[in-house]
Amino acid sequence: MRLAARSVSVTRGAATLVRDLSLDVEGGTFLGLLGPNGAGKTTLMRVLAGLEVPTSGNVLYDGRAAAEIGRRGLGRTIAYLPQDGRIHWPLPVEEVVALGRLPHGTAAVDEAARRAMAAAGVEALATRSADILSGGERARVLLARALAVEAPILLADEPSAALDPLHQLEVMALLRDTARRGAVVVAVLHDLTLAGRFCDRLALMKDGRLLAEGAPAAVLDDAYLAEAFGVDAVRLTHDGETVVLPWARRG
Amino acid sequence: MPSRVVLALGLLVLVLFSASVAVGYAPLDLRAAFGDLLAGRQSLAALVLSELRLPRAILGAAVGFSLGLTGAALQGLMRNPLADPGVVGVSGAAALGAVIAFYFGFSASFALALPLGGLMGAAAATAVLLALAARGAGTVMLILAGVALSSLAGALTALALNLAPSPYAALELVFWLMGSLADRSLVHVALALPFMVVGWGLVLATGPALDALTLGEDAAESLGFPLRRVRLLVIGGTAAAVGASVAVAGAIGFVGLVVPHLVRPLVGHRPGRLLAASGLAGAALTLGADIVVRLVPTRPELQLGVVTALIGAPFFLFLLARLRGREA
Repeated sequence: MRLAARSVSVTRGAATLVRDLSLDVEGGTFLGLLGPNGAGKTTLMRVLAGLEVPTSGNVLYDGRAAAEIGRRGLGRTIAYLPQDGRIHWPLPVEEVVALGRLPHGTAAVDEAARRAMAAAGVEALATRSADILSGGERARVLLARALAVEAPILLADEPSAALDPLHQLEVMALLRDTARRGAVVVAVLHDLTLAGRFCDRLALMKDGRLLAEGAPAAVLDDAYLAEAFGVDAVRLTHDGETVVLPWARRG
Repeated sequence: MPSRVVLALGLLVLVLFSASVAVGYAPLDLRAAFGDLLAGRQSLAALVLSELRLPRAILGAAVGFSLGLTGAALQGLMRNPLADPGVVGVSGAAALGAVIAFYFGFSASFALALPLGGLMGAAAATAVLLALAARGAGTVMLILAGVALSSLAGALTALALNLAPSPYAALELVFWLMGSLADRSLVHVALALPFMVVGWGLVLATGPALDALTLGEDAAESLGFPLRRVRLLVIGGTAAAVGASVAVAGAIGFVGLVVPHLVRPLVGHRPGRLLAASGLAGAALTLGADIVVRLVPTRPELQLGVVTALIGAPFFLFLLARLRGREA
């Protein structure tokens, strides 16, 4: 699978949310999407997911446009995990995860749903009602739901935001493993340290534009971080890996 | 497990349907009546059966199924346990259509003017909603439009009552608005049932999409369910089924709101799985209430809408108290 955005722009009224943005992600790549609040990350994710038609430009999935694949086909091609996902009815966790099987014509708790629960570490919650989950548990259940689609593209909007440190590490490793198995994985992230450690590539957005894109070390450059976030970062080395920590307001 | 519940509810509907046919004011030898009816003999018993009992039971089941089914579907579409078929505004519009037919005296000249007026009112409101939905209005926008339509229809209905030519006419209107299945014929059935069946089909087709909506609109769309189409199906189906129901039976309250809540403890909260069960439970509740109406010896006869609300509302409160803390 190859996910490609070609000169994508999104305008809404007078506001331009995404400006002339191009991006290519091959299967097997875990791409971290970074940027300050309001940079247009979620809008870009929705465009990549085929939920929003860009004002200009287009998105291609293995060279085919969304309209060509159709909504049903896209359901099997892309698993999309929205930001702040809610579970509106108190279903048992396994039934929530099994909703990810709907594009395949079933909502049964099948092998794929069980694999997804095992991968996201929510097997023990299988029969728990979704209305009594903690924020972190709910985030992992929803990630399992997205994994259950077993789509070649996984788009996750802030999958680690609600998680404790252990589960942040586990979810990042899980996303990386999903990419290793051949999927295109794109995740919106705010933790620069985790992004630098786990992602194969990073894309940094600011004001709807792609400021930098490439290997983590190249994107987490002092000048880029200063321009995108207005922060100075500290760099440490641990076990031969560089750790990037945002440290102070710039200037 | 849920399919066993659906089966049990189906049996309950059958039992209550038979009971509804067996219960009435005139004594009736059912066996003789069926025998005459099937043999085509125009006996009094056959007439009572075909002109009074059967239409009443069929409409009770069909109206109840419509209300229970669409209530569950709208709660699923809006992800809100307080949604009710009334919120799309079609019930109010259907009532207004019937009131207009009554007010201008059409119903005095021919009996079917009331249901026809109701169908026209429902069709007008449906056209407005579908036009909005086709232009891409979101669920909240459609519901707000429904509330606006409902208020407008309510105001115009009140105006008709206000200007009613005589207190008797006003009283008759108020009674009609309470909802009843008394004195409906097979012609009423023939008029309403096709719309209802089409509506049921449209709504039942959205089961998997309503399941997906548990995760919110973006996630549901990403699972392959175009929301615009889902909204058209649910709102269009509800308009057809409920518009036809109100046109022939008046406004029967509370069934659409309460029944999905009664059924959830039995089949779980998955919206798609709730649809058929909720429809059957709605049919059972409406048939049961209509039997009660005929067994309680009051004159004038209790109106069906009054009884469903009297049964439904306290039961709803009881359920809320029991489930307190379990769900939102």
